[in-house]
Amino acid sequence: MSELKTVISDQIKKHGKGRDALMPILQSIVEKNNYLTNENMVEIAKELDISAADVYGTASFYSFLETEERGRYVIRICKSITCDMKGKGKVLRTIQDMLKIKIGETTQNKKFSLLETNCIGLCDQGPAMLINDDFYNHLTPEKVREVLVDYIRNKN
Amino acid sequence: MTKKQLKRVDIILSPYSVSPYQVLINTVKRSKDEVIKEMINSGLRGRGGAGFPTGLKWKLASEQISDEKYIICNADEGEPGTFKDRKILSEVPRKVFSGMAIAGWATNSTKGVVYLRREYKYMVADLEKEIEVFNNKAKEIGLDFSINIFLGAGAYVCGEETALIESMEGKRGEPRNKPPYPIQNGFKGKPTIVGNVETFASASMVCRYGADEYVKFGTNDQHGSKLFSISGDSPKEGVHELELGMSIEDFVHEFGDGDTKAVQVGGVAGFCVPRKHFKTTIIGEGQTTGGATMIFNSTRSMYHVLHNYLDFFVEESCGQCTPCRVGTQQLLKGIEAVKLGEKEPEYLEQLIKLSQTMKVASKCGLGQSVANSFASIVTNFKEEMIY
Amino acid sequence: MSVNLKIDGINVSVEKGSTILDAAKKINIKIPTLCHHEDLCVAGNCRVCIVEVEGKNKLEASCATPAEEGMIIKTNTPKIRNARKDIISLLVSEHNTQCTTCYRSTNCELQALSSEHNIDHERFLSVLKPHTKIDKSSWSIEKDDSKCVRCQRCVRTCAELQHVNALTVSGKGKEMKISTFLNLPFSDVVCTNCGQCITHCPTGALTERRYFDEVWEAIGDPTKHVVVNTAPSVRVALGEMLGMPVGTRVTGKMVTALKKMGIDAVLDTDFTADLTIIEEGHELLTRLKSVLVDGDTSVKLPMMTSCSPGWVKFIEHMYPEYLGHLSSCKSPQQMFGALTKTYYAEKNNINPKDIVSIAIMPCAAKKFEANRPEMRDSGYQDIDAGLTTRELGHMIKQAGLNFAELEDTKYDSFMGDSTGAAVIFGATGGVMEAALRTAYEVVTGREVPFKNLNILPVRGLEGIKEATIKIEGCLPAWSFLEGAELKIAVAHGLINARQIMDMIVAGECPYHFIEVMACPGGCIGGGGQPIPTNNEIRLKRIKAIYDEDEGMPIRKSHENPEVTKIYADFLEKPLGHTSHKLLHTKYRKRNRY
Repeated sequence: MSELKTVISDQIKKHGKGRDALMPILQSIVEKNNYLTNENMVEIAKELDISAADVYGTASFYSFLETEERGRYVIRICKSITCDMKGKGKVLRTIQDMLKIKIGETTQNKKFSLLETNCIGLCDQGPAMLINDDFYNHLTPEKVREVLVDYIRNKN
Repeated sequence: MTKKQLKRVDIILSPYSVSPYQVLINTVKRSKDEVIKEMINSGLRGRGGAGFPTGLKWKLASEQISDEKYIICNADEGEPGTFKDRKILSEVPRKVFSGMAIAGWATNSTKGVVYLRREYKYMVADLEKEIEVFNNKAKEIGLDFSINIFLGAGAYVCGEETALIESMEGKRGEPRNKPPYPIQNGFKGKPTIVGNVETFASASMVCRYGADEYVKFGTNDQHGSKLFSISGDSPKEGVHELELGMSIEDFVHEFGDGDTKAVQVGGVAGFCVPRKHFKTTIIGEGQTTGGATMIFNSTRSMYHVLHNYLDFFVEESCGQCTPCRVGTQQLLKGIEAVKLGEKEPEYLEQLIKLSQTMKVASKCGLGQSVANSFASIVTNFKEEMIY
Repeated sequence: MSVNLKIDGINVSVEKGSTILDAAKKINIKIPTLCHHEDLCVAGNCRVCIVEVEGKNKLEASCATPAEEGMIIKTNTPKIRNARKDIISLLVSEHNTQCTTCYRSTNCELQALSSEHNIDHERFLSVLKPHTKIDKSSWSIEKDDSKCVRCQRCVRTCAELQHVNALTVSGKGKEMKISTFLNLPFSDVVCTNCGQCITHCPTGALTERRYFDEVWEAIGDPTKHVVVNTAPSVRVALGEMLGMPVGTRVTGKMVTALKKMGIDAVLDTDFTADLTIIEEGHELLTRLKSVLVDGDTSVKLPMMTSCSPGWVKFIEHMYPEYLGHLSSCKSPQQMFGALTKTYYAEKNNINPKDIVSIAIMPCAAKKFEANRPEMRDSGYQDIDAGLTTRELGHMIKQAGLNFAELEDTKYDSFMGDSTGAAVIFGATGGVMEAALRTAYEVVTGREVPFKNLNILPVRGLEGIKEATIKIEGCLPAWSFLEGAELKIAVAHGLINARQIMDMIVAGECPYHFIEVMACPGGCIGGGGQPIPTNNEIRLKRIKAIYDEDEGMPIRKSHENPEVTKIYADFLEKPLGHTSHKLLHTKYRKRNRY
């Protein structure tokens, strides 16, 4: 059984074959691969006996269920008002300069993608961002540089 | 007006001096009707922002006849400026689970779900450990109630209870038509109580202290303590537990940086209060609040603030209903056009009227609430919108 | 149980569970709507139908709010009018307002609302997304997002009526749109081309791909011999396009109009409908014999009809393992095409390459069907263009004809003869009824034992209809059927077809012969029919169909004199060699997702 099929069948074991298994399935694929491929969505549709359009329609509603190719590390910088007030702009420019990508883009080596996101609930610690599931707060250009350097050097 | 001095309280966020599970054990020894009555008498209202009376919700749910009912803890706090639920779930999760379990017991529900926003995924591991502790405890005391986590996937509108349920059912998080309400027809068509994290924690506290003690806190309008997520131009950013009923003036005195020009009460879906109204605005009176307060000092452009809010709404509207989907775009495009001089300043009046239409005609709370911040900012900071 | 409420000062009592909109309708108060459609579940998302409920500050969507005891409703106050005007203006502000060049102009619900409410185009800025590309990939359906009002009627249609789910809603906020899987072109997705999304679309966002310019070209070309065949259900619906009441029968006027437009031969699809009955009836009897007498397991029962190309594509996508159940008969349109460029050409001494063969159909899927590569058995593309009833309506207007005043003309011959049995192909159950009228008589030598030949159990709008016919007194050749109980079923709307297919998959299908039509109500409710279509309209068109049948001198397919003649002159016998070559086809598996 392919890796994908295992992921799907594990979730089906847990949640049944009903439509409410869809979100956990989508989540677990994104957790593994950072985004959903077209083939993923077709496979899910087959397994849950729903239309592929419905899988796509649902996935496209949620900002963490990416349907476009993303890097291994997805940086989501918060653009809500308080992070913005605390200097998100400079932090964002630092990231863009370091990784040579703009918002929505992925580095050539497919390591990083850069996205803006709405409030991540760290308004008292802004500017803040997520890299995959981990959060980084009180960011400054210096601090974000340190964080990224660590990813560049020490993580694959 | 029942203005009170600003007073800190320490009910919800205090460490467990009495184990929340002891509160649970004590509570389930009483009669269900008595506990629901206690909840009604406490005057506790939903802490997510909508402010529906919690006791009444429980009563209605308990009256539903169904083989299955659900208790859902809404931890999808996506309102910009809100982060109190994160704090509660990281520091005192047992109060939340105990409140959920009491709600479950009182309404004959056996399944509890914590709908956790995707942005808080880093909390899942710790929460799962705590949930295991709870589930074991429930077994131990013979209570048929268990909790699990459902992870959201990133959509502000899923904080709306019917959108949240749609999302749990594997669909797009589009709010449903109401009625029927979740209490009648919720998750998988079963009666469902959806409550905010703080509401369940507060419910547990009502059971611990009793309604008589609990109502001593707060205003006539809203009892109990309230968590405030304070951010922006404040030296004391963070979560603070306060008694409702203080004026913004007192609030600003305590939390502002000495140069406060406006306070956003209730997150971007709430109202923006300008300096001239600080004295007369009482927090917790008239309007319910989720407790998000953002403080802006005189260096901030309120045009920029409003633009940021509207960007948010344009993206986070689910898009199904006309007033919200197109209205949010019009408000954003409209203030840009006025700023650029493409539209006369009078166009702002037209936009305020539009926001009122959105308030009365949108399908759910998201579209209905856009007018709050829009009208209050445009009215009070009109010059900043134009020049 | 009923509830009592008051709307605009008038007391009204409705069944519990009714909406405020239902209650208002009952007392003839018209509340404007847009996302609402009688065929579909409640959406409540356009918010045009808002009303005031006493005691509430919010306005409620009347289509989505249940009527409750003691409610006091107002439907027309300044507060409502202002909000409604804002809402319609918002819809207009995200709409491509080039109404002058829109195919649905004057038949557009947004245009009507906007005009009724005197909407000021300048009220808001345009938020129409620039440069939206029209999807013209499909032979049948075009999708223009710039005209979409996001009411989701198409999505609900595709899900609730057809259970195809080719359409979905994607994105959110301002990016929210109606989309296929990955927003792929229509031609690449599981779309059956039924066109129900078109007839349920309130605006010009979904339309059929139009071919009338090519047809006018051919008419104007003196070297071309243009032949038209018109489907049974067109004659009971075309009038709606031209200002006549629903259910008006316009057969004779339609023929006149086509002749005045310059068509060389106006023929009747009914002729090949009758031929279908002969071929399909014999196919059924042969299958019954193979299974019941010879025990041949390779032959599949139940046999299912194949005249509805939306249904055929549905089964090709969704149940490709069960294609063996489909009758191998081509649809009447395609039989007509194949015969036009062979039999008709030969008899009239016309070079088939000079024939342009056009079908006027109630259908969007027929356009795709005409372009299927297997439909070239005459050596040419059998049908050059499939036009909808709506397109014909437009052409008649373009030609400047005063349709209502036209005299009646008979179809040309040959291939213009018709029977009542062929006419009823246009309504759900009609093919079954026609088949039974013939098959029973072939087997027993007697007419079907129903009063006046009207087989009532297969008529009407129930989703799945069934009947059992006991066969007694067989002629010697069919003695193996003596005493057999022929079980038949009729389904219309693909969601009902799916129920039948799931019975087959589960091995629990008791039927021998099943008629399936993709569209609710059958062809009279087809995706190419005038808009609007709803059950009230479907019933009127159906009545017109049966009236037409009753008025025909011949009401059984095997008695059509031209059918008898074509077997004598050309085809030899049902299921014979020529029949197989020209009138039967094969199906293919298509992608399921």
